[in-house]
Amino acid sequence: MASWGRRSSGMVHHIKALSKVELRGKAGAMKGGWWRYPVQPGVASALVPRSWPCVNTMASLFLVQRFKSSLPQKQVEDDDGDQDLDFPGGKVAYTSEMKFISGSYDKRIPCYRVLGDDGELIKDGSDFEKVNKELAVKMYSDMVCLQIMDTFMYEAQRQGRISFYMTSFGEEAATISSAAALTKDDIILPQYREPGALLWRGFTLQEFVNQCFGNKDDGGKGRQMPVHYGSSKHNFVTVSSPIATQLPQAAGMAYSLKMDKKDACVVAFIGDGGTSEGDFHAGLNFAAVMEAPVIFVCRNNGWAISTPTSDQFRSDGVVVKGQAYGIPSIRVDGTDALAVYRAIRAARSMAINEQRPVLVESLAYRVGHHSTSDDSTKYRSLNEIEHWKTDRDPVNKFRKWVELNGWWSERDEADLRSSIKKQLLKAIQVAEGTEKPPLTELFTDVYDLPPSNLVEQEKLLRQTVNKYPHDFPSDVSLH
Amino acid sequence: MGNRAIAEIQFADYIYPAFDQIVNEAAKFRYRSGNQFNCGGLTIRAPYGAVGHGGHYHSQSPEAFFCHVPGIKVVIPRSPRQAKGLLLSCIRDPNPVVFFEPKWLYRLAVEEVPEHDYMLPLSEAEVIRQGSDITLVGWGAQLSVMEQACNEAEKDGISCELIDLKTLLPWDKETVEASVRKTGRVLISHEAPVTGGFGAEISASIVERCFLRLEAPVARVCGLDTPFPLVFEPFYMPTKNKILDAIKATVNY
Repeated sequence: MASWGRRSSGMVHHIKALSKVELRGKAGAMKGGWWRYPVQPGVASALVPRSWPCVNTMASLFLVQRFKSSLPQKQVEDDDGDQDLDFPGGKVAYTSEMKFISGSYDKRIPCYRVLGDDGELIKDGSDFEKVNKELAVKMYSDMVCLQIMDTFMYEAQRQGRISFYMTSFGEEAATISSAAALTKDDIILPQYREPGALLWRGFTLQEFVNQCFGNKDDGGKGRQMPVHYGSSKHNFVTVSSPIATQLPQAAGMAYSLKMDKKDACVVAFIGDGGTSEGDFHAGLNFAAVMEAPVIFVCRNNGWAISTPTSDQFRSDGVVVKGQAYGIPSIRVDGTDALAVYRAIRAARSMAINEQRPVLVESLAYRVGHHSTSDDSTKYRSLNEIEHWKTDRDPVNKFRKWVELNGWWSERDEADLRSSIKKQLLKAIQVAEGTEKPPLTELFTDVYDLPPSNLVEQEKLLRQTVNKYPHDFPSDVSLH
Repeated sequence: MGNRAIAEIQFADYIYPAFDQIVNEAAKFRYRSGNQFNCGGLTIRAPYGAVGHGGHYHSQSPEAFFCHVPGIKVVIPRSPRQAKGLLLSCIRDPNPVVFFEPKWLYRLAVEEVPEHDYMLPLSEAEVIRQGSDITLVGWGAQLSVMEQACNEAEKDGISCELIDLKTLLPWDKETVEASVRKTGRVLISHEAPVTGGFGAEISASIVERCFLRLEAPVARVCGLDTPFPLVFEPFYMPTKNKILDAIKATVNY
């Protein structure tokens, strides 16, 4: 990227200074009205117009460097230009056959999986990275925990105890296995349906519930709607509602990691609908060009609120879009915890060791409604929902595999579920009884320090609150 | 192209990816082409404003950004009957229009709406309550809050004139000015943050035109200069009592 930060007057001075420095070395053979100077010896040389007044000086090289992108990648030294087109961006072969690349596909990119619907390994043997008992049990337990939390919190919204909620039904494996494949130093940029990843990293049930109730123990200080979690401690950047805005941010954050040579990557999540946003293009293209270590995980769950993927794209889903940016990509069964785990492990390794972005398209149906503000039976059949809910449940599938290994029993199951329910009920009770954040938090964090207009507005507001206390909720303390 | 396009942005909070198209393209299409081309057939509808639990991204009032763009129109209805008549005018208006609909009223407002085709004029403000002591100017859902404040003020013997601006760009300065010449006082109220809000344009304009007539500074009762908060929403909003206090302060100045 040619992003010179100098202002134009500074630029002029810079060129003037360079024009006083004579070039050393020989000029190459003249071609018409051009001088050839070696810019990178043996690799690339610069063609400088002979008519430029500063042609013998450093200034000419500087000016040519500014237009570096117009140089061929490799200079063609001889005149063998008949079969190849020497063009900015690289050499490309000519053809006399006019042929369009087809817009449609005969064969779709296959979907990688490890487990069959019955929880059995498809391919026997150690074809995949081993998930040991400890890891498997934690993955499974977290998936169950997420399911139960979602069930209870959805119900809490229906009862009017929280204002809003979004569930992850059907996508438990996609997010939890992804997080399991990362280290705690990898930075996660969620869309809004990835609490599984945060749960994996150790965000407690109480912390989840506090955010949903927006009480004073919410890390976000009660400012955002429920499920807009964030935790710097867990390297999980706070959720914002707008779609795909996190993707260009991911490219930038990954570039920062690259600059600092950190052994870490960024993992940015997006849905199928989000790939239609402009920021999807910007995020992927920047990451590719900057060679930044970011894994883009697209949770293709079949629906963008009420828009089915058949109305979302005409391509073979999302996986094929990666190649357009020069990004290696894979399609994986998002309901298969082991497949997701392996794919993200491999993606992470590629991203960090090769310092480049990777695209993972996870296919896992959105079993729940888009949110508590949605009734998805209005636009899809009950049969379809039921099928994915029962026959294709990722949690059931993984449990079967864990049980087959002798790592899980019915007793474990009963104990886990009862324990989670108890913790959850307690957390909800505590959160509901906790005060909201104090009024002063309305004015903090707009900037690092409140500017004078906010200081004044807080003063006036407090006068109003004192005068009309009944206009305002009583669970917001005025301290 | 001869056809009309009515785009819907599900929440005004999500309109910004379209900002380049609206500001740099739609607003300038006719002007830059010497009237060879135009996109007057474009209408953009977007629900805006507080809903009680929308937080940062389901509550915004972004009208001020768009009022700063010559070439588009900005229209905001206050009720169902107004919405139909104004929207039909917007769709048929030969200029691109951004139509903000107060989502607060979606499930709340009940009104007799004629079934036949009718249009309400753009760039014409409406005096919806006659008064003599102070002029109040607003739009959308905020008008019903202002109306409640007017009712309370009346109990204290203050006669309030309430104006629905309806079209914010280009706005009807004449109607507002005529009212201020009558009352000598003006108060503007909107949900959007006060700094740089559209109330600032109205205030500056009225002061330019009515300076010697004014008996008090122009008052603005608006949202705070913060992102729209969830839990603190009741504190952020320009409430009836905030407006009432400002009416009294202005009248007693």
